[in-house]
Amino acid sequence: MTETAVYILIGLIAGPLLGGSVSGLDRILTARLQSRIGPPLWQPFYDVVKLWGKEKTVVNVWQAFCAYCYVAATSIALVLFFLKSDLLLILFTQAVGAVFLVVGALSSTSPFSQVGAHRELLQILSYEPLLIFVAIGIYLETGSFKIAGLDTWNEPLLMKLPFLFVVLGYALTIKLRKSPFDLSTSHHAHQELVKGLLTDYSGPFLALTEIGHWYEMVLMLGFCSLFWASNWFGMMILILATYFLEVLIDNVSARMNWRWMLGYVWAMGLTLSLVNIIWLYVG
Amino acid sequence: MFKKLIQKARIKSPWLLHYDCGSCNGCDIEILACLTPVYDIERFGIINVGNPMHADILLVTGTVNYRNREVLLNLYDQMPDPKLVVAIGSCALSGGIFREAYNVIGGVDKVIPVDVYVTGCPAKPEAIIDGVTLGLNLFTRSKKGKIAHAR
Repeated sequence: MTETAVYILIGLIAGPLLGGSVSGLDRILTARLQSRIGPPLWQPFYDVVKLWGKEKTVVNVWQAFCAYCYVAATSIALVLFFLKSDLLLILFTQAVGAVFLVVGALSSTSPFSQVGAHRELLQILSYEPLLIFVAIGIYLETGSFKIAGLDTWNEPLLMKLPFLFVVLGYALTIKLRKSPFDLSTSHHAHQELVKGLLTDYSGPFLALTEIGHWYEMVLMLGFCSLFWASNWFGMMILILATYFLEVLIDNVSARMNWRWMLGYVWAMGLTLSLVNIIWLYVG
Repeated sequence: MFKKLIQKARIKSPWLLHYDCGSCNGCDIEILACLTPVYDIERFGIINVGNPMHADILLVTGTVNYRNREVLLNLYDQMPDPKLVVAIGSCALSGGIFREAYNVIGGVDKVIPVDVYVTGCPAKPEAIIDGVTLGLNLFTRSKKGKIAHAR
């Protein structure tokens, strides 16, 4: 019982702490890649605290409600992850959070917010099947959807599911809002659609969406860590390498349109998943 | 304690909104120069946002006329408190060489309260950074999150 409580606490605290530091690291790395110095590591925390202290302005009640629901759903998903729960349950909880964010954006009449929300829906449509395939791959290999089952697994899953890791990479890039998939909103989107999905969230509610995003980020990186769950060292290397690659891809690629995203991600993602699953089944 | 933390965070993370009221683009180029690797104002947590609802500091360049007055007011009203206004360049300060023109109202302070005036035609990037940091000091003196607009 106490162990469960400790895991819940770890999940709730680790989300914002790790997520904030990771996005601070992202900003420093991005700056260095552009031959700038960049902000300090704890800059995202300053941003969120500042936003928290700003005046509360909402378009309507639903927007505030949706922002709270988004944080609640994403934090529950991360806590479930730390409790080593069912992969599918975690995925669905996370999807509920993502949809609440979209509903919040749709509750305003601003065209930027609307376009951003529609694009976010297309992004969800692109990456959700891939995540389900990753979960199915893990099930076929370990015989269980539970993360707890991976503890006793001695061989890294990456050796058996290399293509599914690439597929998870696509989902990760979309979920972290990185180029070329940062259609709905991104850290730098201010010419094309103002701030897209997040245009009408402001002050404390923007801070909430940011915290929710940190929870999601940690959750997605947690999924990556499952592919090398056998030892801590390998896990850290895998996560750091994947994240560095994400930042690199973000910096070297341009933003594409949703047609390309849907076609490319589905064609590549579904093919790679099927090849990997058939290989598992035959081999 | 939490209040102090918020106050510190305000100084550490000012997000800029830049509005060109009808400037010749001289001052605008200098503002954007601040974002380049040469000056790199992101070091101080400063981000150039395109959304008034996310902004803390409004940078205005150019003269205010009867047409863009409404836009300027609208942008200012959409920014949540606490907020700062920095007028940049001769035109934003007083109307500059256009002050006699029939359609020009004058400086930015004829329409919205201005906290910091940055002179120059165009203003140098160093002067703009100085102006913004000067404005940030006003946050520490603010009461209840609002800034007394002393001129």
